[in-house]
Amino acid sequence: MPNRVVNILVPVISVILGLLVGAVVMLASGYDPVAGYAALWNGIFGDSYTIGETIRTITPYLLSGLAVAFAFRTGLFNIGVEGQLLVGWFAAAYVGIAFDLPMYIHLPLAIIAAAVAGGLWAFIPGLLKAKLQVHEVIVTIMMNYIALHTTNVLIRMVANGKETTAPIKETASLKSAFFESMTDFSRLHYGIFIALAMVLVMWFILEKTTTGFELKAVGFNKHASEYAGMNVNKNIILSMVISGAFAGLAGAMEALGTFQYASVKGGFTGIGFDGIAVALLGANTPLGVVFGAVLFGALKFGALNMPNAADIPVEIVSIVIALIIFFVACGYIIRYFLEKLNKKKEAK
Amino acid sequence: MEYVIEMLGIRKEFGSFVANDNITLQLKKGEIHALLGENGAGKSTLMNVLFGLYQPEAGEIKVNGKTVNITDPNVANDLGIGMVHQHFMLVENFTVTENIILGNELTKGGVIDIKDAAKKIHSLSEMYGLAVDPYAKIEDISVGMQQRVEILKTLYRGAEILIFDEPTASLTPQEIVELIQIMKRLIQEGKSIILITHKLKEIMDVSDRVTVIRKGEGIGTVITSETNPNELASLMVGRQVDFTTVKDEANPTDDALVVKNLVVTDYRGVEKVKNLNLTVRKGEILGIAGIDGNGQSELIEAITGLRKTKSGSISINGQDITNKKPRKVTETGVGHIPQDRHKHGLVLDFPIGHNIALQTYYVDPISKNGIMNYGKVSDLAQKIIREYDVRTQGEHTPARALSGGNQQKAIIGREIERNPELLIAALPTRGLDVGAIEFIHQRLIEQRDKGKAVLLLSFELDEVMNVSDRIAVIYDGQIVDTLLPKETTEQELGLLMAGQNTRENVVKQGDKENAE
Ligand SMILES: Nc1ncnc2c1ncn2[C@@H]1O[C@H](COP(=O)(O)OP(=O)(O)OP(=O)(O)O)[C@@H](O)[C@H]1O
Ligand SMILES: [Mg+2]
Repeated sequence: MPNRVVNILVPVISVILGLLVGAVVMLASGYDPVAGYAALWNGIFGDSYTIGETIRTITPYLLSGLAVAFAFRTGLFNIGVEGQLLVGWFAAAYVGIAFDLPMYIHLPLAIIAAAVAGGLWAFIPGLLKAKLQVHEVIVTIMMNYIALHTTNVLIRMVANGKETTAPIKETASLKSAFFESMTDFSRLHYGIFIALAMVLVMWFILEKTTTGFELKAVGFNKHASEYAGMNVNKNIILSMVISGAFAGLAGAMEALGTFQYASVKGGFTGIGFDGIAVALLGANTPLGVVFGAVLFGALKFGALNMPNAADIPVEIVSIVIALIIFFVACGYIIRYFLEKLNKKKEAK
Repeated sequence: MEYVIEMLGIRKEFGSFVANDNITLQLKKGEIHALLGENGAGKSTLMNVLFGLYQPEAGEIKVNGKTVNITDPNVANDLGIGMVHQHFMLVENFTVTENIILGNELTKGGVIDIKDAAKKIHSLSEMYGLAVDPYAKIEDISVGMQQRVEILKTLYRGAEILIFDEPTASLTPQEIVELIQIMKRLIQEGKSIILITHKLKEIMDVSDRVTVIRKGEGIGTVITSETNPNELASLMVGRQVDFTTVKDEANPTDDALVVKNLVVTDYRGVEKVKNLNLTVRKGEILGIAGIDGNGQSELIEAITGLRKTKSGSISINGQDITNKKPRKVTETGVGHIPQDRHKHGLVLDFPIGHNIALQTYYVDPISKNGIMNYGKVSDLAQKIIREYDVRTQGEHTPARALSGGNQQKAIIGREIERNPELLIAALPTRGLDVGAIEFIHQRLIEQRDKGKAVLLLSFELDEVMNVSDRIAVIYDGQIVDTLLPKETTEQELGLLMAGQNTRENVVKQGDKENAE
């Protein structure tokens, strides 16, 4: 079997296996798996509205997945995507509310503000890692909490003590009348193009630029990179900043696309943490992240329909979704069996 | 005759590449059996098959006459097979004891019984003369001791058959002598040994029989006492070979590298290089002779910018490079074949082609305006692979998948190809086969003949004697003497390296005789 076929076959088989085991779980707890999966299917692809909402859900996952994957390729574990997303969200919303500018300046400015905010937020753990060898995992986790509470305070200030800010100006909005008309007024917005463009950007940086060459080298072997004259510290910080910028953009998607405002949050959105799973599902490659985000986003959104349409409790739904993701993550087991099968065939 | 191990008709493929083809190796009980072959011939692969790390595509393995299926290293352990790998597999920040018991922990009520383990390790080390400090951390001990830890690891697991993959490549001559004694001790205790080494002299000294493989094919087995180094070399390469280094007189001109009053400290702040002075001229090879740990590594790291100096100055062709960044030093015209190829020399997870571009990826034509031209990377890689006989399936193969010697050739090619004003070669021929060593020596001499300066660091006295035009002896962080190879002997060098000034020594010996 050519490698290419195996690469496509593995995730497909993984998803099917996950679905099968999920079905067993539903059966065992007394629910109808056929109805359950029908509800899941309809929740994802049911009509133009659900399709629109599914893609809308996928959009920030693409960016949070890219953020985690990018840092990972440089040997860094950015668990702070959640916090970087929150500051990005606030920054985009603030620029969207506070200024009156023509759209061709306002919208890019709001988007850039989110990327810069996320990048700055990630700059701190990058700097601490580079200069003082403080482990980025600890710092980024702490920075998540700081981000959550700081943005809450700032949002209250901007909202004059209320919990939700005013909506952003239309000149800063990613809203798409075209998508709305096509998808029965789902919240699908132009942000998906930004997210997909960023997939290309990540691929381009890693595979085409000298910066990408350095980042990857530093990720694999710091000593050899230093020997080769690369500035290891600079690369660590740069990697965190780029990663944080992707995360900040994920926040912009929420601020300028889905919600059009910022509001005080009782807890994390989870999009940043799910980005870790998305990145791992995608083996930290740009194209893999697309696959991971689509799978994750679609399952997450589609599953919302299962309690309503098939009376399956939310807990069981979570288990089923987790199983599917589990099997995809275990893709290497399937790869192993495929290779064995291959060998046997060749022997004959 | 009874064989403890029989590997019959072994074949191992990596994708479409055949690394082992119909190789037969039979190990008698109580013998030291050498395995000889060029870099990339498939020695490590064959041993990894025996140790259960790879599954062979064809062939049979018998242990004590019984056919076995070694599916993983645990099976090998249970069969009494232990392996000391070419590149050690130790956990740096664990202690010696922890490393030895790792994966095989004795427990008492669910808790690891370190004391009992330490006792057992102590008695093993007494028995075989394997001196180790059970509570020292791996990162703090010498390479020689790390190797003894690897040996103890196998003995602790009850190994009867020991595989040594190039154990002497990373050792100093003193440590090699010790290792050979340990191996003899092991044989006395009834163990059997498979030994991989490129040093024909070692094979002649310690082995009973030699199995030769060439480009993955089994060539045959000869009895050591009935052969000689020349025959072994031609069996290995497949043609008559002549391995003497030929070189003309050097024509040194201006000073290239000038090191003045250099002081360098190690990570604890202890002075390792103490007021050292050294000059290498254009058109000469200066060899540094010395026992490991006398400041060689710190000296080279200071020159190449990998370590800060405390005081003193370093310049290349009149340009000051003291405490300059590695990139600046490289651009001033320094090439560096590093001592530790896995730590500094290569990004193992990069393709070998990327590694070949590791020093030049940022300059035209490999990249322009920050955009890589991977086509040019491939061109450069193919050129080096061809010219330096790097045996690999192609430039896209991960560096990790190359044999140790071929990794080294790629590094050497990368550094020499840049045609540096000063080439620093630290243990450049470590792990290379005799043919490749000769080839590398010729390249070093070629650089010299082009009027470049070459600084050679080697622990092997015959390499220093054969290749250098001048020899600087380093002892305790200082150059204690500089000699001409023609006017000195290995004995004299040995004494200087041990910190004895020869003239004083002669006087002392005279005194002694008088007293008697
Ligand atoms: N994991 C692998 N994947 C692909 N090719 C490999 C792999 N391991 C080894 N090879 C190839 O198999 C050949 C034999 O390698 P091996 O390491 O056995 O050589 P060797 O005889 O030990 O050489 P050396 O003396 O340089 O250590 C080499 O050409 C190497 O590139
Ligand atoms: Mg080898």
